[in-house]
Amino acid sequence: MTEISMTPAPSIHTGEAAKARLKKRHNAEKRLRAYGIIAISLAALALMALLYNIFARAVNVRTEHYITIAADIAEDENDFLKVVKSAAKEAFPFASGRTQRRQVYGLFSDGAADDMRNAAGAGTLETGESVERRFLLSDDVDLYLRGTFGAPEERDAQGSLTVTEDGKKILLESTAADFNAAVGVVKAGLAAQAERLREEAGRQTAGVDALTTRLPSLEGPELEDTKAQIEGFQAKRAQLLAQADALDATVTAQDSGRMKLTNRMPSFFVRANGGILKLTEVSNTTALAKPLVPSDGTQTGAWSLFSLDRPETGRPVKDFQVALIENLRAKDRIEAVTNWRFFTSSDSTQPEIAGIYGALIGSMWTMLVTFSLAFPIGVMAAIYLEEFAPRNRWTDFIEVNINNLAAVPSIVFGLLGLAVFLHFFGVPRSSPLAGGLVLALMTLPTIIIASRASIRAVPPSIRSAALGLGASKVQTTFHHVLPLAMPGILTGTIIGMAQALGETAPLLMIGMVAFITAVPEGVTDSATVLPVQVFNWANASERAFDMRTAAAIAVLLGFLVVMNMLAIILRKRFERRW
Amino acid sequence: MKTRIILSVATAAALATTAASARDEIRIVGSSTVFPFATAVAEQFGKKTDFATPVVESTGSGGGIKLFCEGVGAEHPDVANSSRRMKAKEFKLCNDNGVTDIIEIKVGYDGIVIGNAIDAPNLDLTRKNIYQALAKDVFSYGRMTENPNKTWNQVNPSLPVQGIEVLGPPPTSGTRDAFEELAIQKGARDAGLDKAAAKKVEVRDDGAYIEAGENDNLIVSKLEADPQKVGVFGFSFLDQNADRIKGAMVEGVEPTFDNIASGEYPVSRSLWFYVKKAHVGVIPGIEEYLEEFMSDSAVGEDGYTVDKGLIPLPEDEFAKFQSAARNLVIMTGEEPLH
Repeated sequence: MTEISMTPAPSIHTGEAAKARLKKRHNAEKRLRAYGIIAISLAALALMALLYNIFARAVNVRTEHYITIAADIAEDENDFLKVVKSAAKEAFPFASGRTQRRQVYGLFSDGAADDMRNAAGAGTLETGESVERRFLLSDDVDLYLRGTFGAPEERDAQGSLTVTEDGKKILLESTAADFNAAVGVVKAGLAAQAERLREEAGRQTAGVDALTTRLPSLEGPELEDTKAQIEGFQAKRAQLLAQADALDATVTAQDSGRMKLTNRMPSFFVRANGGILKLTEVSNTTALAKPLVPSDGTQTGAWSLFSLDRPETGRPVKDFQVALIENLRAKDRIEAVTNWRFFTSSDSTQPEIAGIYGALIGSMWTMLVTFSLAFPIGVMAAIYLEEFAPRNRWTDFIEVNINNLAAVPSIVFGLLGLAVFLHFFGVPRSSPLAGGLVLALMTLPTIIIASRASIRAVPPSIRSAALGLGASKVQTTFHHVLPLAMPGILTGTIIGMAQALGETAPLLMIGMVAFITAVPEGVTDSATVLPVQVFNWANASERAFDMRTAAAIAVLLGFLVVMNMLAIILRKRFERRW
Repeated sequence: MKTRIILSVATAAALATTAASARDEIRIVGSSTVFPFATAVAEQFGKKTDFATPVVESTGSGGGIKLFCEGVGAEHPDVANSSRRMKAKEFKLCNDNGVTDIIEIKVGYDGIVIGNAIDAPNLDLTRKNIYQALAKDVFSYGRMTENPNKTWNQVNPSLPVQGIEVLGPPPTSGTRDAFEELAIQKGARDAGLDKAAAKKVEVRDDGAYIEAGENDNLIVSKLEADPQKVGVFGFSFLDQNADRIKGAMVEGVEPTFDNIASGEYPVSRSLWFYVKKAHVGVIPGIEEYLEEFMSDSAVGEDGYTVDKGLIPLPEDEFAKFQSAARNLVIMTGEEPLH
């Protein structure tokens, strides 16, 4: 018998060293918690940045801009593009010359004609002479109205203005130095230009120096070429410096008269007597201007000055168009309207009328095919492998292969789809059927692995009890094991489907990465899917596609959220507790 | 369980109703450069006529012509777009596969722009400079050396003192092919290499040339963010982003619409598309699509594709290819393909 010692706990738990150890352990725990919080915060921050980046751009899609003008629409009209053109001509009769007329037509979107065509088709088009109607504005004008190219800035105008016609141009004279700002801009522009020229001249000097030091080591044709090059640099330098000097002289001159505002400098506009003029030459109190929108006859004497910082060459909306827009904006003829078009129209090469409806329906058909193939096959395979298959080398081999398949790059499935489904079985190219088949192959391993795991997690007691009460193996599996495993299976399926929803690479090979405007009506029609739409728009050169790309991503995310919700609802329905 | 059954039944029904038969929409494949123009035409064609809107795939010029040449029949595309002329090899492949009657149409030009941020120094390059900056090995006065140039001013002392960092398309891109041929190889000829040697010039792989992917928007935003970088991209992207980037002068010529159209700007290439004559009358609307593409309102001087950045053909060429499109003139095999 051993003696049971009843002495108090040894000092190992109470001593100074023990306290220090305890503190160390607590600190370690605190640190671990802190790491966890930091990790989560970083992840949350990244997510927020991503979502902000997407949604901040996507919200711009919520409105589109219209202009209200009068149009003559005949009862049996069918050329609506012509209606738009003649309405435009009517609204801006002062547009003269080819360039101005083209700029007027450029304000309008083809969508304006589409709207009328659709309304005529539905029998809701108001016809007659001078019907007031809303016309969709083009993508560039839409961007201008959103301030993408800078917002017009109002400038001080204190003096009273005298307007006199001076041949083709118009002479403006103010009693105060109201054009000072414009003069400042011209001077700054010229100074900057001069500086640029001097910089370039400096580079020529550097060139001369560099080549001159190289000269002694050269011979033959290289020597001749280099000498010629040096002379070239010197000549260019002289020319550049002369230009720079001339510019500087204009800037510093006390009274340099009126100076030219070029289209590479900010634009200045004057609103007077109901019209809009653009300044072309300015001094402090006088300016020459070109009328863009003619006066409507009012002689109030009130006037104002506004400018656009971005030079005309740097924006697609030209000064004449700016004048037309600003004139109509002041008359409340331009309005922003909720943009349903984005959700009801399909792809287009014109950003303002492009929408995601076609791609959304394409995604739904594709997902339907994927789900109805991958889910039953995947679950059945998992049931067989878990519940019925004998454990031997063959099933091990199959298991390893399924796991490997889950790691195969998705483009490989696309190649497989091209070779097998398209070439061998003759499935139509670009169809949701082909896409769905390929994506089903890609999703299968994910579903099988997840399903097997959740079937394995059902307690053996359930099976034993069922078998013990006389149920067959099939009854046990389908009445008891499968329902209990369903939540896990569904989660796995949704993960696989979500992955499939975002894929473009495998679809490239089977022709779903394409421009398709028709909305698919079945699984064999040509269709595209949401991520492809995102990809196509991200590649387009038109600026207005930028916000639509973001909006399409937002819709894709929304689609994912809906799918996950569905999974949660189904899971709740099937969930059993034991 | 119930949901699953319903879904399965729905799919089965959908499969049964639409059996794959002859197509009623035109299928177009090919160049990503021609893609924006072809899609614009396809869209207008779909709106103006009663035919279905053609399906346009962006597969790259080479990939598109390969698909096009695979054979005749509804499962093969009707039209192939290309940002270069068909090669003799490809024409032979087509013929071998029974695609014999091909209509060849030139639609216009595209300029390749070498650009940088709007605030960066102006660049004034020659093709020889481009060769010296971007070739793997540089030939100079009889000596071939590994490219020693790290900064632009080493290439030409009057260029800015900044590292050579050029963002450009990857080798799979037609833009890259054209850039190599029109700028780098031509520059190699200017530096004294003969034609055969110039053809073998490779782009350097030490990090001075950065493959930036096929997305020109990405190149534009990278240029804007870093004024030290120089990019290679299509003219339409310069056109759309004139407030953020500017084009470098090549051989003293600025990359403007007029200069490219007149042929003065040296780095520009022609854009083409090819049509299978055997499909005309089988797939509905091909003749009308050709008519639309070669109409004044599409590729004429004020056409809608021109608004998208296409440089239109000069008048005589336009008339020639317009009539080729109307009369369905087929290739004889004697065209100067290479």
